[in-house]
Amino acid sequence: MEIQKSSFFNRYRKEVCLAVILFFVAFWTIIFSRNTEASGFLQSLIESRFLSLRNLENLSRQLGMYGIFSLGMGLVIISGGIDLSVGSLMALFGTVFFFLLTGSHAWIPGMHWSFAIIVVLLFSVAVGSLHGWLIAKVRLQAFIVTLCGLLGYRGLAQTMTHDTAIGYYDAKYDIGGLEHLLNGELLGLPAAFIAFVLVSGVIFYLLHLSVFGRYLLALGRNEQAARYSGVNTVFIMGLAYVACTLLTAISALFFARYSSDVTPSIHGNFFELYAIAGAVLGGCSLRGGEGTVVGIILGTTVLLVLQNMVNLLGYDSSFSKVITALVILGGVLVDRFEIWKLLARSKTS
Amino acid sequence: MLQLRQISKEFGVVKALSAVDFEIASGEVVGLIGENGAGKSTLMNILGGVHTPTSGEIFIEGNPVQIHGAKAAERLGISFVHQELNLLDNIDIAGNIFLGREPRTFGMLDQKALAEQARPILEKLDLHLDPRTSVSDLTNGQQQLVEIAKALSMEAKLLILDEPTSSLSIQESDTLLKLVSKLKTQGMAIIFISHRLTEVEQIADRVVALRDGENAGELGPGEIHHDSMISMMIGRDLSEIYPECNPVDSDKILSINNFSTQRWPFGNASFDVHAGEILGIAGLVGAGRSELAQALFGVDSSPSGDINVSGKVLERGNVKEAIASGLFLAPEDRKTSGLILGMSIRENMTLNSLDRFSNRSKIDFHSEREKANEWLQEFGVKAPTIEIPVSSLSGGNQQKVVLSKWMTLEPKVMIFDEPTRGIDMGARQEIYQAMVRLAETGCAIIMISSDMEELLGMSHRIAVMREGSLSGILNRDDFSEKAIMTLAVHQSELVGN
Repeated sequence: MEIQKSSFFNRYRKEVCLAVILFFVAFWTIIFSRNTEASGFLQSLIESRFLSLRNLENLSRQLGMYGIFSLGMGLVIISGGIDLSVGSLMALFGTVFFFLLTGSHAWIPGMHWSFAIIVVLLFSVAVGSLHGWLIAKVRLQAFIVTLCGLLGYRGLAQTMTHDTAIGYYDAKYDIGGLEHLLNGELLGLPAAFIAFVLVSGVIFYLLHLSVFGRYLLALGRNEQAARYSGVNTVFIMGLAYVACTLLTAISALFFARYSSDVTPSIHGNFFELYAIAGAVLGGCSLRGGEGTVVGIILGTTVLLVLQNMVNLLGYDSSFSKVITALVILGGVLVDRFEIWKLLARSKTS
Repeated sequence: MLQLRQISKEFGVVKALSAVDFEIASGEVVGLIGENGAGKSTLMNILGGVHTPTSGEIFIEGNPVQIHGAKAAERLGISFVHQELNLLDNIDIAGNIFLGREPRTFGMLDQKALAEQARPILEKLDLHLDPRTSVSDLTNGQQQLVEIAKALSMEAKLLILDEPTSSLSIQESDTLLKLVSKLKTQGMAIIFISHRLTEVEQIADRVVALRDGENAGELGPGEIHHDSMISMMIGRDLSEIYPECNPVDSDKILSINNFSTQRWPFGNASFDVHAGEILGIAGLVGAGRSELAQALFGVDSSPSGDINVSGKVLERGNVKEAIASGLFLAPEDRKTSGLILGMSIRENMTLNSLDRFSNRSKIDFHSEREKANEWLQEFGVKAPTIEIPVSSLSGGNQQKVVLSKWMTLEPKVMIFDEPTRGIDMGARQEIYQAMVRLAETGCAIIMISSDMEELLGMSHRIAVMREGSLSGILNRDDFSEKAIMTLAVHQSELVGN
């Protein structure tokens, strides 16, 4: 019964495969962006543009921002659902946040940034609860509910701004602290990345160590059987959507600050698809019940490093989408045909 | 007409059939009986072209043949009516009969010709229905007949009926059996697979039994009796299977009053179960037995009724409260309701009791593993470790996992819905013993079953349901298959026959 042996490799094969891919992409980028004027090959690699402080800082900030909402999407996908409204919510939360800071919208009072953050997060919990209620309790299809969100939230943000960009530099109150919080650094690490590490820790605990995670994985695989075991499936499923929008809101704060003004018609466009791509590449199944935090993080990282490679090496940036598509397709194909088994077999024989 | 010689079939290391002989003549009805896993399906799948035998020969009319694929079987005149209905219920009767072989004019579907060709076949079956009727409007029995019509339309010489009556009412079964005799007189060879031995007794000219993938004997005309079939199937006496009943306590543990379910909102079930008692619940498919179990457990809501566990009134439709009061359900369909197939044995065993293995919200993996290992031993689940997914276990072992997850929580009331369906005799015996052990601890047990032997062998009393209501309760002295069926079937239905 060799199939039933659960070795480290078998259990974490998806993560291992992704790490290998990540390593190759990074290595490729390092070699081709190396400093040709450095003395010695090793030195030239160390001085490569990929490993430059600026690039790593940029990369970690990106990972922080994309990673936070990808983890949220991961939870929803594990529950067997999907959230298509992430990108539009990114625009809506950013817009609302800036209006709260400036008070320049008739219906939104200006306030101190700390209150503004709290209001945005509360707002996101309300939106997530609405999604969760419609999907888990009223039993509408997640695809449709969040498709309405995809259209509606961006439209709402565009209406609020009369379809122009909105900035925050005429904020009503002092925003020095906000700058530190969203754009500062700690030990040389960007704030977004630190937030991401904290969020990852919390989600790791929730998904892999807590009762909630076990229930979520169970209901993703077989909701009925979970219900027959006494699991409150409506509550757990609803919670996944709340978590997803809350994490989107956290990420939206960083994104809004990072782009310094929000243009609702393009802000966060297609982010839901990047999140889905990262989660699926990281081993989540759209059928639900499958996925790990490490996988989602690795999946998101691979996508970002690919993008970074295209930028650094001056490949045609339009073509980068094709590369991304091929990597995702390849990843899913490897999984579908269990190609690692062939590798394992050839090793033993 | 058909002869199978020394057929063997191996799936990897598993020997499903070894050197099985079988033959059937035109105009003969052969009953094929055997426990689940005895090899009946494999043998029939070989005839149906689904599997090819590892070794052995097949002769039709004396000529050796090879059957590769369902199409090949069709060409040889073999038609297989599967246990599950394979009809498309969004298409009409005629369309289903000629699916994939529709008459066409200029590439367009000729609806008229389709209906006309279907009509005589339906007439032959005494099925007086418009061929344009949608299949979704038919009863289970009529759908089964449409399946047979499909077989007839292919001009089959050999008809394989796999559990054709399992979802039919008595009346519908009777119609079907009459039809089988009629087809027989027309020269059709028919293999009749059924767990309902009374039907086999009624219809078969000869009975062939399989056990553990081997021939286990044959009964000719005049030898076909219920008991002889059973002992052939299981290779031992019936009395050895069912453990001795334990005495019943006088304490009422569960009482329900005027209970109805969503499926049967005007149904009415009232009964008590005492400590240590096993109450069997009998009834036809669709009588509302599983719905009652689900409503009692609270996974399904119910419009009315009181439920009372050891004097405490429970709220209807509240699973949490049912579990907290010690009322558990081991559901009918273990693959969709009882287990999460992709998850490990450990995760399945503790899913309903995770709060016992967690500190606040954190799971205590150490104690979880320890308990799961303990239960694996206690319930005799045959698995190398607790970490393999339950999907890789056999039906019997899967059921043991379902039982272990509830029976270890000290149930006060335990409802078993079809606890041994699709399970081999060895595992079945272990499950019966576990049930009696549980009863001895003073638990009240409700056992829903469609298996007469099991109901008669295990229960202290048998409650019979019909259309969502309780139609009667039999005490052990009054037990008989006939008494149960009389209560299960509407009186007018019996008169109708």
